[in-house]
Amino acid sequence: MLSYVSRRLLYTVILLLIVSLTIFFIFDWIPVDPARLICTKQCSPALVEANRHRLGLDVSVLEQWWRFLVGLFQGRTFGGDGIGVTCAAPALGYSFSRHECVTTIVAQAFPITFSLALGAFILWLSVGVSLGVLSARKKGKFADRAASVFVLVGTSLPTFISGILVVLFIVLKFNLVNPLELGDWHSPFVDPMGWLRTFFFPCATLALAYAATYTRFTRSNVIETSSEDFIRTARAKGLSEKVILRKHTLRAALAPIVTIAGLDFAGLLGGAIITEGIFGLNGLGKLSIKAVTQTYDLPIIVATTLIASAFVLIMNLIVDIAYAFIDPRVRTE
Amino acid sequence: MSKFLEVTNLNVTFPTVDGDVHASNEVTYSVGLGETLAIVGESGSGKSVSNLAVMGLHNPTRTKITGSAVLNLSSGAVDVISAPTETVRALRGKEMSMIFQDPMSALHPFFSIGDQIAEAWHLYNKGSKKDGIEKAIEMLDLVGIPDAANRVHDFPHQFSGGMRQRAMIAMALVNNPSLLIADEPTTALDVTVQSQILTLLKNLQKELNMAIILITHDLGVVAEFADRICVMYGGRIVESGSVEDIFYRPSHPYTLGLLNSVPRITTGTSHRLKAIPGQPPSLIELPAGCAFAPRCEYSSRVTSGACLTQVPLLIEKSPSHSSRCHLSADELNNLVKDKA
Repeated sequence: MLSYVSRRLLYTVILLLIVSLTIFFIFDWIPVDPARLICTKQCSPALVEANRHRLGLDVSVLEQWWRFLVGLFQGRTFGGDGIGVTCAAPALGYSFSRHECVTTIVAQAFPITFSLALGAFILWLSVGVSLGVLSARKKGKFADRAASVFVLVGTSLPTFISGILVVLFIVLKFNLVNPLELGDWHSPFVDPMGWLRTFFFPCATLALAYAATYTRFTRSNVIETSSEDFIRTARAKGLSEKVILRKHTLRAALAPIVTIAGLDFAGLLGGAIITEGIFGLNGLGKLSIKAVTQTYDLPIIVATTLIASAFVLIMNLIVDIAYAFIDPRVRTE
Repeated sequence: MSKFLEVTNLNVTFPTVDGDVHASNEVTYSVGLGETLAIVGESGSGKSVSNLAVMGLHNPTRTKITGSAVLNLSSGAVDVISAPTETVRALRGKEMSMIFQDPMSALHPFFSIGDQIAEAWHLYNKGSKKDGIEKAIEMLDLVGIPDAANRVHDFPHQFSGGMRQRAMIAMALVNNPSLLIADEPTTALDVTVQSQILTLLKNLQKELNMAIILITHDLGVVAEFADRICVMYGGRIVESGSVEDIFYRPSHPYTLGLLNSVPRITTGTSHRLKAIPGQPPSLIELPAGCAFAPRCEYSSRVTSGACLTQVPLLIEKSPSHSSRCHLSADELNNLVKDKA
């Protein structure tokens, strides 16, 4: 097991290196010159050259990449000539649009994205799984049909519609949240109620579509598992329906949900672009979409992409390890 | 003296959009302690369906069951068809157990063999977790799993097919039930393992004085293993009797057909096996007369034409032997001789 995990970790590191190198190359190919972008109106070729040197873009792509990697471990000084900025390790670069170390920017945005994703994850998992189990047990009855309406609404309503509806009705019409407070960051450790006030509805919006999908998935998995031979065996043993459902059916039916839940959660840790946008949350999603479409801020793009892929890879590993505990058939390999 | 299990006029019907499927019709049989009853028939003849009804394993919302199946327990008789579901549940695993055709899929893949056996034991016995595992080891030992103390923690995928069926038997017998229903227990296993499993069942039956119902389509298994045989066709019992009755004095054309379709080593000359022509009947629209009549080579010999209009009654040929045919045993014998 240990050698398996360390081998997987090594693969993760290699993949992250490839991902980062790819981003550097892509950025080198696109016809945008940050040195010119940050140049003021009195731009001269000499100034552009100086900017280029300050941003560290006057060396080859590979050299830029290497400096980035070294900076991750040692920290890094940008600029020089007395006006340089030093970013401590792990230095993810220096944002030329915000004139700040990327690590600082990311450290501000990450808790927002993480708490949004985690809140949504808990919501959709509990709602989706319990609704799915309920509708599987009441197959064809009222509860099942009500759940399928929820599934239909949840899956067919895009987040940018449901989010706007939530803002319109809950925030503006019923004033459940002070509109001026929307987008404020209250750390859940310092001010849990404040966090709940501003984050509950974004989390719920984000969770809606996922909850619908998970309801559907859980329902079909439970129904399918219920007709398995080993469930008939459990019944033939004399177990009560309650024990059969809780122990035998759910154990087998929910195992695949671990896989998709882990990956869905990891995907969100890179940033929930639409939800963050609608509710004015300054998370990783908003950060990266701005860097990609407006400021062409390479260091931010590199950092957010790397964080997103790191989460996907690590979550993948966690899911695989968790699966070995759930399903003994995986363990032997 | 009443037998341990007495099934009387059992009807099992599955309502479907195409109409009611009459999977089991007026089925009557019984089995006593220490006795083995074999129920023989092709797929869809109603042999599993009837016994799943006895176990109470049909989905009550999708099945209509009438008739009775009485278990004569020491504490009194219980009709498992009309008894409340909770009462029947408490009999499962304790008084009656069932093992299934495919041991590959009948065990839960996520729980260890020992846990699954212990779980069945804990249901009806008080004891610690350790007691449960010890009981599981004892049972695995009993069914002939070598090195049971270590293998008890294995998972089903680490067992071979034969071992899994042994583990299933261990689980079914852990509470010492009086009735074991074995639904094609050896169909999924290879021949050498088949005979091991059957020998094991036979020995355990002697040891524990169980009633066994063996559901099978394998006449070879039946001859070796059973005391009495019921032959089912189209959801009905068409002939029942002792092993000698069925093998030496078959008195239903379907039984004859079954016997003729089995290869025999003793007949020296090589000849083609005689298959029964035609298809088994649809259980939604059973023929008005004998369900076997459309495939029966002798039905045209019944001059009254009753085969196509009247369901024959189960007629007693001898105290142990009865058959559902408009032809008497002698008439049938003569017809067979004429053909030969």
